Amino acid sequence: MKSLSRIRLILIITSVIIGILYATPNFFNTSQQVQSFNFLPGKKINLGLDLQGGSYLLLKADMNVVFAEKLDSYLSDIRSLLRKSKIGYKKLSIQNDIISFQKRGETSNDKIRSIIFSLDKNLIVENKLNSFFIRFSEKNKNNITKTTMAQAIEIVRRRIDETGTNEPSIQQQGADRIIVQLPGLDDPSRIKKLLGKTAKLTFQLAHPSIFPEDLNEDSKAPPGFIKLQEDKNPDRFYMINKRVMVSGEMLKDASPTFDRNNSPSVSFQLSALGGKKFGRVTGKNIGRAFAIVLDGKVVSAPVIQTQIFSTGQITGSFTVQETNDLALVLRSGALPAPMVILEERSVGPGLGKDSISAGKIASIFGLVAVMVFMLLTYGMFGIFANVALVCNIIFIIALLSIIQATLTLPGIAGIVLTMGMAVDANVLIFERIKEEFNSGRNILDAIEAGFQRAISTIIDANLTTLFAALALFSFGSGPIKGFSVTLMIGIATSMFTAIVITKYIVFLYSKKKDVNSVFLQD
Amino acid sequence: MKLLRLIPNDTNFDFLRIKVIAFLFSIIILSGTFISLMINNLNYGIDFKGGILLELRSKNPNTSNINELREKISTLNAGEVSIQNFGKETDFLVRIQKQEGDQKEQIAMIERVKSLIDKDYTVRRSEFVGPVVGDELKTAGFYAVSLALLSIMIYIWFRFEWQFSIAAILALIHDVLTTVGLFSILQLEFNLATIAAILTTAGYSINDTVVIFDRVRENLRRYKSKTHYFIYNKSINETLSRTVITSVTTLLALFIIFFFGGAVLSDFALAMIWGVIIGTFSSIFVAVSLLTYFNINKGEKVDDRTNIPEYEREN
Repeated sequence: MKSLSRIRLILIITSVIIGILYATPNFFNTSQQVQSFNFLPGKKINLGLDLQGGSYLLLKADMNVVFAEKLDSYLSDIRSLLRKSKIGYKKLSIQNDIISFQKRGETSNDKIRSIIFSLDKNLIVENKLNSFFIRFSEKNKNNITKTTMAQAIEIVRRRIDETGTNEPSIQQQGADRIIVQLPGLDDPSRIKKLLGKTAKLTFQLAHPSIFPEDLNEDSKAPPGFIKLQEDKNPDRFYMINKRVMVSGEMLKDASPTFDRNNSPSVSFQLSALGGKKFGRVTGKNIGRAFAIVLDGKVVSAPVIQTQIFSTGQITGSFTVQETNDLALVLRSGALPAPMVILEERSVGPGLGKDSISAGKIASIFGLVAVMVFMLLTYGMFGIFANVALVCNIIFIIALLSIIQATLTLPGIAGIVLTMGMAVDANVLIFERIKEEFNSGRNILDAIEAGFQRAISTIIDANLTTLFAALALFSFGSGPIKGFSVTLMIGIATSMFTAIVITKYIVFLYSKKKDVNSVFLQD
Repeated sequence: MKLLRLIPNDTNFDFLRIKVIAFLFSIIILSGTFISLMINNLNYGIDFKGGILLELRSKNPNTSNINELREKISTLNAGEVSIQNFGKETDFLVRIQKQEGDQKEQIAMIERVKSLIDKDYTVRRSEFVGPVVGDELKTAGFYAVSLALLSIMIYIWFRFEWQFSIAAILALIHDVLTTVGLFSILQLEFNLATIAAILTTAGYSINDTVVIFDRVRENLRRYKSKTHYFIYNKSINETLSRTVITSVTTLLALFIIFFFGGAVLSDFALAMIWGVIIGTFSSIFVAVSLLTYFNINKGEKVDDRTNIPEYEREN
């Protein structure tokens, strides 16, 4: 029989040995492995967050805010370009994400268009008579989103790294989303707080003669000024000059400290350029209030006593934890866009452990139950199927370790389910052999024919199941993806074990023994 | 050793004779599904609906109970709240509807609950899904199920005849709908894991159908002089032993997940148990029965023996 060729035997033995080598580390905990199993290749299977505990956050960058800011800066660019080119204009404003203005005088429309395009050639510019309308094209938006996201991921990473979280994973998903996975962290409140702040820090002068005492909710701001809330006290307002004197990008360092009154504060150090600017402003404005604005709210507005250069302190009514966090976010830089949390899933270590032990129990019981059943149904051939089943499980574990797939709780269910379904290929073959045998073939012919005919059925049946698993993979997030991966691997390995391993054992056995005596008789 | 024999060797049941009864049964459970969907809808979990879910374990099991927890949480005025025991006496599952306002309100609510129960309970799991994500997951789930059905249909069309593919897909839709129906009638939580269970069920059921179809195709070639009715019945009978044995091993595994896999997996296992049973039923009584309504061409009226091995041809 050609199925008994030596090559086939070598293939089987090699694959089983490789399987065992890669699967073994998963059966020992890490410390044991370090001592006596470090000669083994490969690593353990990654445990999903639902098994090892940890947090999953799905963040979305609020791009509309960024688009609006960007449009705002184009508005001032257009204003200065028009002035520089001595082109008269009126009603320059933004409405519904469109910059519009009307020209005065006789400048040709084409010239104005080319001036606008010199800013960015992807802008969409329309004009009717003397009116111009400028908005972002999809290409503009895509470019802005791309650069914003690259920055945002970097900043998110820095902020999370600074908290000392173990092996965080930060990936972009889709155009404007970020997935953050934090293994071992079951309460992500602090991370959420850190990511909830964009931490845009600016230093702006306060109005020289309008003080917080004069302001209430209904007060209007004079041109060039803006009314801002106080961070800790929403009923207190400041009238702040719109012009940003120094901004957070010029920070070199920030650290938590205590001020003269021993209350928590944040000390900062500015870059050389920032320090120069800061010195100039403070030197010229002694006696005026200089507001520290964080994310659009006034942290404090101390009166400038003396000229200050590169170092200063941010005081406010902070707790120690707040100054730690503020210093951290200032060091890591401002997020280019506000982050919104779309989804959060956290699993504590207790639940993870319980899930693992439940998974272990279910796997062992499942394996034993299926094996006993196969033994009772098929006798000696049942033992062959069980050998194949054990090989199958070794292969699944080995493959999951090799591709470093993530094993989730549904994934464990997938393995247990595969145990039940994996024997199907063997059942198909054995039933076919039985049929061939009962229709009068001699046993060796029946075995030959049984395998030959069952294989096309096995392939058809498993391929269709594979389609379902693929659909699951394409749809799934996290745990569900893990489930579909184990299912797909299970389908592949169960076909291999049935078609190659069971077949070899059955042929070997039937050659040496009188099969009729142990199999298939009533 | 006496071997276990679930199905005798040469069964000769006339499955197709009871196809009308089987159809009636299918129509009843399908109508049950639609009626329940209209009245009860589905008990969407937060994956699809958005909202907050917390799994809590009591630190002092003697004093804390579900009523006390309910009272505590009701002080938050969080809107619709459902609290139930989860697996164990000391474990509770708290679901809170999505809060008015933006995402920040949702996150703030989680913090509020956590600090409220912090003294008496440990938070084993906390989940929050925003409504945007919920809607996306719903759409993605719908597409995944449709995509799976479509690709299975096309594959069967290529490997068999178009009639087989239509019969198989109707049987599959039958399985998917009634599984959804089960969730609606029992008001089990319909979440991401449910979609996984439905798709796996679909995979199992089509596996079963393909095995029988494979035999039908073979027998159509082999017994060209026999009626379709005879061939279909014979094919079901010939594969019956395999159908039953595989169902039993799969159900063994599933029942074990149901009883020992922990509370998180029990609904998932339940959906699959139902799926395996209904999938086996539908392979025989829906898929094959539907074939009887097509006039599948057997070619010439002479038995074709070419793809039967030589040693068997004298048969």
